[in-house]
Amino acid sequence: MTTVTDSTDVRRPQRVVTGAAPAANGARIGTSGRGFQIVSAIVLIVFAIIWLIPSLFALKTSLTDNGVAALGAGSILKDWNPTLHSYASFFHAGDIWNWYIASAITSVITAVLTVFFASMAAFALSRLRFRGRNFTLLLIVLGIMIPTQVLIVPIFQELNAMNLLNTYWSVIFPQVPAVIAVFIFKQFFDGIPADLEEAARIDGAGRWRVYWSVILPLSRPVLAAVTILTFVGVWNNLLLPLFVLTNPDLMTIPVGLATVQSSYGQRYADIQAGAILAALPLIILYLVFQRQIVEGVTGSGLKG
Amino acid sequence: MTTAAPPIVRERPRPAPAPGGPSRSPLRRGDPGPAWLFLAPFGIFYLAFLIGPTIFMIVASFFNTSLVHTDLGSFAGFKNYAEMLTRADFWSAMWHTLQFTIYTTPPLVILAFIFAVLTNRVRRGQWFFRLAFFMPYVLPSATISLIWVFVFTPATGLWALVESWFGITPGNGVLANPNTAMIGIAIATVWWTLGFNFVLYLAGLQEIPRELYEAAAVDGASNWAQIRYITLPLLSRTTTLVILLQIIASLKIFDQVYLMTGGGPGISTQVALGLITGTAFTDDRVGAASAASVLLFIVIVAVAVVRQLFDRSAARKEA
Repeated sequence: MTTVTDSTDVRRPQRVVTGAAPAANGARIGTSGRGFQIVSAIVLIVFAIIWLIPSLFALKTSLTDNGVAALGAGSILKDWNPTLHSYASFFHAGDIWNWYIASAITSVITAVLTVFFASMAAFALSRLRFRGRNFTLLLIVLGIMIPTQVLIVPIFQELNAMNLLNTYWSVIFPQVPAVIAVFIFKQFFDGIPADLEEAARIDGAGRWRVYWSVILPLSRPVLAAVTILTFVGVWNNLLLPLFVLTNPDLMTIPVGLATVQSSYGQRYADIQAGAILAALPLIILYLVFQRQIVEGVTGSGLKG
Repeated sequence: MTTAAPPIVRERPRPAPAPGGPSRSPLRRGDPGPAWLFLAPFGIFYLAFLIGPTIFMIVASFFNTSLVHTDLGSFAGFKNYAEMLTRADFWSAMWHTLQFTIYTTPPLVILAFIFAVLTNRVRRGQWFFRLAFFMPYVLPSATISLIWVFVFTPATGLWALVESWFGITPGNGVLANPNTAMIGIAIATVWWTLGFNFVLYLAGLQEIPRELYEAAAVDGASNWAQIRYITLPLLSRTTTLVILLQIIASLKIFDQVYLMTGGGPGISTQVALGLITGTAFTDDRVGAASAASVLLFIVIVAVAVVRQLFDRSAARKEA
């Protein structure tokens, strides 16, 4: 996988140049390089601050009194009496707990099923020979191109016919066939040398043992990346749960938040606290698994 | 990339195993049973929730299907398509989708490229820039919509405050004006998804051999010249990919519009998926919604096919 995080790898050419091409222009390039560095850094810092402002402003608002927040952005910025009142009232109202539970259950189950089933399918495609293999590969490529969002109406009807509307399964099942996951796993498995299986095979291990005890343990990084990305994708999905979950007790975070927007009116601090609370688990997840998330996003973006 | 490459298959000529000892050569060819067992769990979901709905969508588009009845309803022929293709709000939704694509693609490509190239060149604090630019991408659309609707609050919002600093009289709000609502959605979207393109470009930058820059530097090429004549051309594949992915994502836009404007004011920001879900779930006209879905489906798959073809030709060139 591409190690995006390790971008220090591409070192500035100047340093090498001063070694390779002696004295003559080494110094000049060195200085221009430093000037470029400074300009780059300033441009980047300005934009990074612009990029951080909306989140920080939301955070600041969520820590402001509703009355002060209603007066406008200027009052929010000038206010220095931070309060956790909005968070407290959110937790007190109780809905947020239901939303967290719904989002956690659906995201975890979908991630587990997707990773398990997709890696099994990828193992078959990477390691086993069978009739219809090329056709199956074709189905995978076709599946990647299907825009699942556009299928929302037939999926709704199918879940309705299965009597699954307003159950967590209605959010889980349609998100399990993430074809891109099969693709990512297959690519990774293809890169695992065959010799590693030989020993297991000589020991009499069957296909399941090879998959479970040889391939999967060697695939931890890609397993982690796909698990996290699936989790994030399901947690953030709005379209599907919006239409298949109408029972307020079962709503996932994004659907619940959509109702906050319309029912909270001018309680800006409360609304922003809700926005932060919905994002909080993902912010933590991002800070912990930064590398896996960036690598996974890059991998699926480039290959999907 | 690898879709074109022939799959790596282990072909080890092995003697046929004695009956009762299949475990001795578990990976031999000619025993399809276990392979299908490995494929079945995913395959069932694939058929039930990808292929099945696709077929049902196509079938329902030719019927007067509704939500309340489980059957298809009466046969409609091409009436649903004729209706959609002559409805003004269908074309307006298509136009808004295109408008959204036009507004978001250039900044998402150009800014992401600039940020990535500069981040790749600064020596310290890369983690900070990655955090600033990429973090919004992992946040739920609900969070970003609540934040930006608040920023765009008429008269008292942060946007209005900044406008007043620059001597602009804040109007009745970016999202409340039919002429600027889509721009507001585009700004929120650029802020939200730029990180995705940013990391794709960072990954692309990793693959440019350092020797190229070294050689250019020896020849006295300035930093700008290096970017112009080495980085830009070598990242052209990433750029094409980013643009195609952006078009596909734009065609599927729903969340931001639903949460920020609800398609309004009026129908000034209504997009294809908003029209489809409205026609199906509000008007209870599944047949007509399916026809619109099929049309959108065709457009998206067409772009996706272009993407695949592009990937294949790029892979062939690399080989």
